[in-house]
Amino acid sequence: MTERPLATTGDTSTASRVPWTQRPGWMSQHLGTAIVLGVLGYLFGHWLGNSISSGYAYIANSGQNSIADALALIFGVVGWLLGIGALNYPLAKLTGRQPEKETEIEHWSKYFRYSTNHKTVGLQYVVGVLLFMFTGGLLAMAIRTELLNPTTHYFSADTYIKIVSEHGTIMMMMATSIVVGPLGNYLVPLMIGSRRMAFPRIEAFSFWIFVAGYMVIFSALPYGGFPTGWTGYAPLQTQAGPGMVSYLFGFAVIGMGMMAAGFNIAVTIINYRAPGMTWSRLPIFVWSILATAALLTLATPTLFAAGLFGLLDKTAQTAFYVTEHGGSSYLWENLFWFFGHPEVYIMALPGFGIVGEILPVFTRKPLFAYKVGAAGMIGVSLLSFFVWQHHLFQSGINPDMRPLFMLTTELISIPTGFIYLVGMGTLYKAKIRFEIPMLFAMALYFNFLIGGVTGVFLSDVPVNVTVHGGFFVLSHFHYTIMGGLLFAFMAGLYYWLPKMTGRMMNKKIGLWHFWTMFIFFNLTFFPMFIIGLLGQPRRVFTYAKNLQGLNDFSSVSAFLLGFSFLIFFFNLVWSLYISPQKAPANPWESLGLEWQTANPVPEYNFERIPVILTDPYHYSEANAPAVADLGEEELVPVVSSHDGNGAA
Amino acid sequence: MNETHHLRRMTTIWIVLSVAADLLFWFLVGPHVPPGRMTDMATSNQFDFNVLFVIAIPVLIGVWIYLAYAIAVWSAKRGGPEPVGGEAARTNRTAQVAWITITSVVVIFLAGFGTVELVVNHGSGGGEGPNPVWSPAGAIKAETAALAGTGTWSPNSNQVLPVQVIAQQWKFTYRYPTFGGFETSQLVLPVNTTIAFNVTSLDVIHSFWAYQLSVKADANPQINDVAYATTDQTGQFTVRCSELCGIWHGSMYNYGNVVSQQKFMQWAQSTEAANAANTKFLPPFAWTYVPDANGASGGYYPDGTATPYSSVETYGAKQPAS
Repeated sequence: MTERPLATTGDTSTASRVPWTQRPGWMSQHLGTAIVLGVLGYLFGHWLGNSISSGYAYIANSGQNSIADALALIFGVVGWLLGIGALNYPLAKLTGRQPEKETEIEHWSKYFRYSTNHKTVGLQYVVGVLLFMFTGGLLAMAIRTELLNPTTHYFSADTYIKIVSEHGTIMMMMATSIVVGPLGNYLVPLMIGSRRMAFPRIEAFSFWIFVAGYMVIFSALPYGGFPTGWTGYAPLQTQAGPGMVSYLFGFAVIGMGMMAAGFNIAVTIINYRAPGMTWSRLPIFVWSILATAALLTLATPTLFAAGLFGLLDKTAQTAFYVTEHGGSSYLWENLFWFFGHPEVYIMALPGFGIVGEILPVFTRKPLFAYKVGAAGMIGVSLLSFFVWQHHLFQSGINPDMRPLFMLTTELISIPTGFIYLVGMGTLYKAKIRFEIPMLFAMALYFNFLIGGVTGVFLSDVPVNVTVHGGFFVLSHFHYTIMGGLLFAFMAGLYYWLPKMTGRMMNKKIGLWHFWTMFIFFNLTFFPMFIIGLLGQPRRVFTYAKNLQGLNDFSSVSAFLLGFSFLIFFFNLVWSLYISPQKAPANPWESLGLEWQTANPVPEYNFERIPVILTDPYHYSEANAPAVADLGEEELVPVVSSHDGNGAA
Repeated sequence: MNETHHLRRMTTIWIVLSVAADLLFWFLVGPHVPPGRMTDMATSNQFDFNVLFVIAIPVLIGVWIYLAYAIAVWSAKRGGPEPVGGEAARTNRTAQVAWITITSVVVIFLAGFGTVELVVNHGSGGGEGPNPVWSPAGAIKAETAALAGTGTWSPNSNQVLPVQVIAQQWKFTYRYPTFGGFETSQLVLPVNTTIAFNVTSLDVIHSFWAYQLSVKADANPQINDVAYATTDQTGQFTVRCSELCGIWHGSMYNYGNVVSQQKFMQWAQSTEAANAANTKFLPPFAWTYVPDANGASGGYYPDGTATPYSSVETYGAKQPAS
């Protein structure tokens, strides 16, 4: 970013120094310094752990010690943050020095730095979540390879369960940020008429700690992996080897990023709306991100605490989850799912927001039942805190509460159904333009319906006896998260990448991508409902011989589904680098405020703070009002309450 | 084409297809829907499955027809008039109220239906924890007697048979408290008998899933998770672990048999006699057990009895969980 007003008090001599971020080459702070300090921190932590706790070997005389592993990861992440520059500002404040000015250089290397520009962070997140997705996807291919045959094994049982665990955890971590990170950070300020996020440093922190989380969870593999799946149930967790430390600390690290992103986005939406951006004019996508931010902020601390307890159990010999010492295995289950179920909606709501935003543009109609849609999102986020024990229907805990949790779980399908009311109402007598974003948006309605309806089966306790813990539930949540959120993310990317990169995505390759992904997604996961009903539990490396046909069908489809992602990556490279087509300022003829800015978006988004005149859904109106007064003349002073102090 | 024609056309297609699909499902697929009819729980859960399917099919068909209709009729390529804008396209009170009312009624019906089925069927074969709230007649009496070592069971006595399922990495073993508490890896059950499965674990969380019996109960360490089912048919059934319990979770399965009451009695008595020499080395029968200080290499003690194993560790000194 260009110069940001800073407090004028304090030592002026530091301000005259060349800031870290402006120094050339190796002297500045960037990904390279982060890696170096991260590695040094890791080594220091490991040494420290071994020197203070050599008597607490993991297994007697094994030389393995969870304290050293945990401290290594903790110091590694601190070193990483120090190296990237996340701690410059807080450390300067703590020591009473004048923080250095933060400026952003216009150079490609800004993407490898601690950038406080929400547009840079948004693009950093695009690459970050795609890296997560690619890793998790490769692991999924490995899982489907193992399940090709019930008797011939490509991996050992040990390796297989670690692949499954790593796949689940990486994908879940990725899915929490896949929309909020890239699209939330990039678009929310543009959509609400703000020149920046409320807390740009917290925003940059949320991205770089997300990357640290990726490395921490990946470090589980060289540590020997962890056998618990993404749910990390104790006491299996307590029993597991050092890879478990990476899981527990990895979720805590990702959790910090989720909380930071949630706070930042919620505060931005509440306080940084342009004049005239009333709640009833807020784009539906921003509503969905606000509801998600609330869930991120309120649900994630539970995960963080649960992970901390687990780490203490593994290092400081506490017994939160150790039954024979007075702990409880139910404690982890409750804490985990108290986070885990709102988490499920963290992975659904942004998708609803994206399709809500895309549908009016490609149907040329106003969004139908806007208020019901927004209310649905709030309803879903509130109810999502009252359903978590449906994951524990057969666990033996609180059997008398099962009717209540069955009721709350089924109630949540009412506000979720609002999303269908909005979508179907908008489609009514529309003039549908089948561009790639619209195809992906309509695919969400197809896929999520199957995910939602099968969710009702799972919420019914008698039926849950058969479907809990099997391939049925596995297919169900892939239909909601992948069939819902991931399809919506693709819709969003095809729709907004022209704004974010200034290049159009190739439509022909896009069509290939869409149809392969849609067809093979359904061919991969639909058979899994039947596999589950026929009795195959989740996370098994072997299964009944009579299920091989269905499993093979699913596996081959999964490989082709993986291929569709290669088409997507090819399209990215083709459209952005090999044969770039310059995007018009508003290629989809959208009324959204984000499309009213210049292309590429100017550094401060808007020349003037815009004055919002109406909501962005006045399609098909003869005299459609302008969505905002972007200010030919000075309507709002450049230096307003939206600028200057208040940066975190 | 005016508004009513679109909706009328879609509704007609929807009703025809839904009724046809539901009838086909109910009569052709319904009888084969899992978990079958081997126990009363399986039969009632199969009925619940079918009811949910019959409600879900029209929902799926309805939305799909709408999407297909929109794609076919309202595509920009087909031309036609410009879509309606303004207030008229933004809300429709009737549609909104109808949508919310219908979804609410369906959802509340489902919750009520599920609750009734759950209570009437004594927990529907799911794990009900150590103190089941909806237990079948005679279950509490049989369980109390089993723990005291005074339980009996004989053919045609119509008594509830308590069976203990002990999950451990990575197998299930079973104890029969009414037959001296012998432990075996075979699960044999008498037909036409209410079984009280008492599921516990010696290490991590497992889940006892007797697929054809429609019984699923998590096995938690030091927790007794009780589930009921009344056997209606003889035959073999599959037992799988359905909660990830470590490396060999995938191969943690075995098969059980439901046999005639006389055959069961013969099997139980002969196994009790054959295992007598081993049974006396087992920990006394209890609902839950605590591992000793040496973990996997050592023995197990009934939870709640103070059995200090070593001078350092006092495992087993803990009071029962509940």
